[in-house]
Amino acid sequence: MHVPDGFFDAPTSVATGVVAAAGVAVALRKARAELDDRTAPMAGLVAAFVFAGQMINFPVGAGTSGHLLGGALAAVLVGPWTGALCISVVLLVQALFMADGGLTALGTNITLMALVGAFVGYGVFRLALAVLPKRVGSVPVAAGLGALVSVPTAAAVFALLFAVGGTADVATGKVLAAMVGWHLVIGIGEAVVTALVVSAVITSRPDLVHGARGLAATRRPLLAEEVSA
Amino acid sequence: MGAGHGHRLHFHGHSVVHRAPAHVKILLLLAFVLTVVATPRDWYPVFGGYLVLLLGVVVASRVPLRYLLPRMVLEVPFLVFAALIPFVAEGPRVVVPLIGGLDLSLSESGLVAAWGLAVKGTLGVLASLTLAATTEPTEVLRGLQRLRMPDLLVQIMTFMVRYLDVVAADLGRMITAMKSRGVDPRSPRHWPALARTLGALFVRSYERGERVHLAMLSRGYDGRLPESSAS
Repeated sequence: MHVPDGFFDAPTSVATGVVAAAGVAVALRKARAELDDRTAPMAGLVAAFVFAGQMINFPVGAGTSGHLLGGALAAVLVGPWTGALCISVVLLVQALFMADGGLTALGTNITLMALVGAFVGYGVFRLALAVLPKRVGSVPVAAGLGALVSVPTAAAVFALLFAVGGTADVATGKVLAAMVGWHLVIGIGEAVVTALVVSAVITSRPDLVHGARGLAATRRPLLAEEVSA
Repeated sequence: MGAGHGHRLHFHGHSVVHRAPAHVKILLLLAFVLTVVATPRDWYPVFGGYLVLLLGVVVASRVPLRYLLPRMVLEVPFLVFAALIPFVAEGPRVVVPLIGGLDLSLSESGLVAAWGLAVKGTLGVLASLTLAATTEPTEVLRGLQRLRMPDLLVQIMTFMVRYLDVVAADLGRMITAMKSRGVDPRSPRHWPALARTLGALFVRSYERGERVHLAMLSRGYDGRLPESSAS
């Protein structure tokens, strides 16, 4: 799933690298504002959760398998900035420690999966939530819609990047159609799993779901109150 | 960090490559892959030179190739993509006669592009694997710190690497429990059960993060990790 080295030319790789670095820098600041000194352990553990979730492979036919991308899921569960940050950390760790995804393509991967994945997912989620009835039950549906849109959107951005800095002379329309079509199928699976996971978390700990704030009765852990006092 | 969290790719050794400082290795890897990506793909002999250089490093690291090669499978999906390019790319075409009177029409520029993707991707994966196989995760983190990566980002990565196996093992036990009750986590029919598992895993991970944070606070954490904690 991760773009390897050499897929995009050097200028595109550097440009997406700059976009990714800027995005991660802002996400770091926003996440710290949201989590203060809890940022490092919380974001680290959520990143570990996303990574573990990605280890479950689903057969998608033709002998290949896909896995959860988790951009929309993370954005709904912990907020778009922390979510984007966690996915970026997952991609960084995969590139540096597991050789999954090229080092020069790291910027592209972060831009596509962390930034586009989390923010498009969260944007659609917010829009859907504004339209759907104001109930906790709407949150998983909106999260699923966010995932449904975010996956093909990331694929479309990939196709556009390929038109600008791709290393093969393939008509943009063909790449776009193939990528978006294929990822629409993946997006449906992603949407179903995202909605079900969000729904499961809301059932047990509604206070943990960032996207359900204001809708679910908040239940703050007693211990945290006492320590901060 | 205690033992038992050695990551999957690390190959224990004491070669020159293993002992080299991590930040130097990260910089060299970055320079190498950037050079490979920036090299025009029709400079065919140059890629042979890159491969010889890379294999030289692998030999010096004493990590057997049969350890690295099976781990390169993760680039297979993109090799498939590369293999499809000659069929769909534009430009003049070459016709390759096949047995049985069938002809295969392939785009010339597509063939060159596929070669470029395959060779650059493969060199990149092999180079990254060499870093991962010869460098302990904690060393990579310390190298990133020396390269002035934002401290908070290094901290988050440290926590992710530290708890990766814990969370993955947590999930592994849940999956085992599911399977022993007749659930196939891969089948869409059982996605609701899988989703409840993942939801529980999220809650567990989040609560573990809260406990870790409280434990750190009680030991005087002020937003920065002490020097020795990376070891």
